[in-house]
Amino acid sequence: MSPSKRRRDAAITAWVYPTIACVGFLLLWQLVVVVTQLKRFVLPQPLQVLERGFVSLDLLLANTPPTVLAIALGFGGAVAVGVPLAVLMVASRALESSVYPLLVGSQGVPKVALAPVLVVWFGFGVLPKVIMAMLIAFFPIVINTAVGLRSIDPNYLHLARSMGAPAWRTYTRLLLPSALPQIFAGLKVAMALAIVGAIVGEMVGANSGLGYLLVVANGNMDMALVFAVLVWLVLVSLVLVGFIDLTERLAIPWSRNTRSRNLVQVQG
Amino acid sequence: MGMIRIDNLSKTFTTGDGVIPALENIQLAIEEGEFVSIVGPSGCGKSTLMMCVAGLLEASAGSVTVGTTRVSGPFTQVGIVFQEALLLDWRTVLGNVLFQIEMRGLDPKAYESRARELLDRVGLGGFERKYPWELSGGMRQRVAICRALIHDPPLLLMDEPFGALDTLTRDQMNVDLLRLCAETGKTALFITHSIAEAVFLSDRVIVMTPRPGRVIADLPIAFADPRRLSLRATPQFAEQESRIYSIFRSIGVLRDE
Repeated sequence: MSPSKRRRDAAITAWVYPTIACVGFLLLWQLVVVVTQLKRFVLPQPLQVLERGFVSLDLLLANTPPTVLAIALGFGGAVAVGVPLAVLMVASRALESSVYPLLVGSQGVPKVALAPVLVVWFGFGVLPKVIMAMLIAFFPIVINTAVGLRSIDPNYLHLARSMGAPAWRTYTRLLLPSALPQIFAGLKVAMALAIVGAIVGEMVGANSGLGYLLVVANGNMDMALVFAVLVWLVLVSLVLVGFIDLTERLAIPWSRNTRSRNLVQVQG
Repeated sequence: MGMIRIDNLSKTFTTGDGVIPALENIQLAIEEGEFVSIVGPSGCGKSTLMMCVAGLLEASAGSVTVGTTRVSGPFTQVGIVFQEALLLDWRTVLGNVLFQIEMRGLDPKAYESRARELLDRVGLGGFERKYPWELSGGMRQRVAICRALIHDPPLLLMDEPFGALDTLTRDQMNVDLLRLCAETGKTALFITHSIAEAVFLSDRVIVMTPRPGRVIADLPIAFADPRRLSLRATPQFAEQESRIYSIFRSIGVLRDE
């Protein structure tokens, strides 16, 4: 395959396929509305959603910063607590056996159910949303980091011991870097979940933010605006998860994950 | 009085199926500057023996002494090469060699010129800035050998270092390793399952029995240095090999029909 043809193929996969998929989805949506003759306040047409979104663009823009702030702080908090906790769990068997059951057990609690409690405790400000986002994003970070740290070939650790390295140096120079690919996989899941957490937090009790806007629009039976907010949220998520993706490619170009990106796809 | 003294060493592993003896009453002395290979069928505990010498496994009975130090806990005056190169993908070739230095808390800057010189000696001059995934298997193992030598340890431990390489690469690595050991005067303990490799490289070949591993023969290999690959085509070389084969035949590791 010639380089120019390969570039053209890459451009097709990068732009043409996603566009076809999106347009196809929108046409299907339009078709469903037309065939079933659903009212605008039940399911608006894609064009109506687009129009409503444009009209209320300032509303969307004004309510985005509080939500993104809650997501960023919640996600950051989950990383700041999750990664060190995973390291401690891997380093200490006592800590692992005491924390791990709690951690797994806590996943049985639907965290959405905690949202009203957080409002009671912390009010209508940004804090309960941050905590909500953090609670949801926390688990995949801890699990992925712990798995990443443990998946190293034991002979690397034998080597480190024969070099007389203290434990902290083995962690900072060997274990943590080698776990980065798995940590990043966890971060991507965590980011997607942090978005859900922040929105749920805002839906339960807030006076600004995209989740708050959703509730207000829903209360007004303004389905076009509800869907406009949802589409907007999709765009925000793409940017946030894309940011992690970009950081990953810059931070760990050596990762097999990064290098095999183009090779694992089935030809054709 | 040897550089390494292994005294009545035994090692057992406790598993779910009970106690498995891996090594039994190993008695062995290795002189300074000697290149000693250990050959034996797979599972005979030769890797376990190396791990005990390195202090990475605790002996169940007996002792290992290196120089004047009785080994208890990881022994650090050593360079180790495993079958896998075990390089760090996020470090360049140079960074991988200096990893040894950084992990010891020494100043990598002070060792950089030595690292470059070592890489040069194993034919990797000009590859300092490459990353491990850009190298062939043989080149990766050369980097691992440089990493094992950068801090100038008196002792080199190698566990089937060339076992994953193709025959041609392996032959070249054998020649290069011999030269490197002769130049640096290291004491080397080399684990292999290749009889030809053991005979070609070693001053002495230790033959081990299947599990539980015991030393069944200790054969001096007296070929003149420097040894060249053509040595392997000589009748003397074939004779040494067949001595070892006949030992394996006598203990039932090899059967002719």
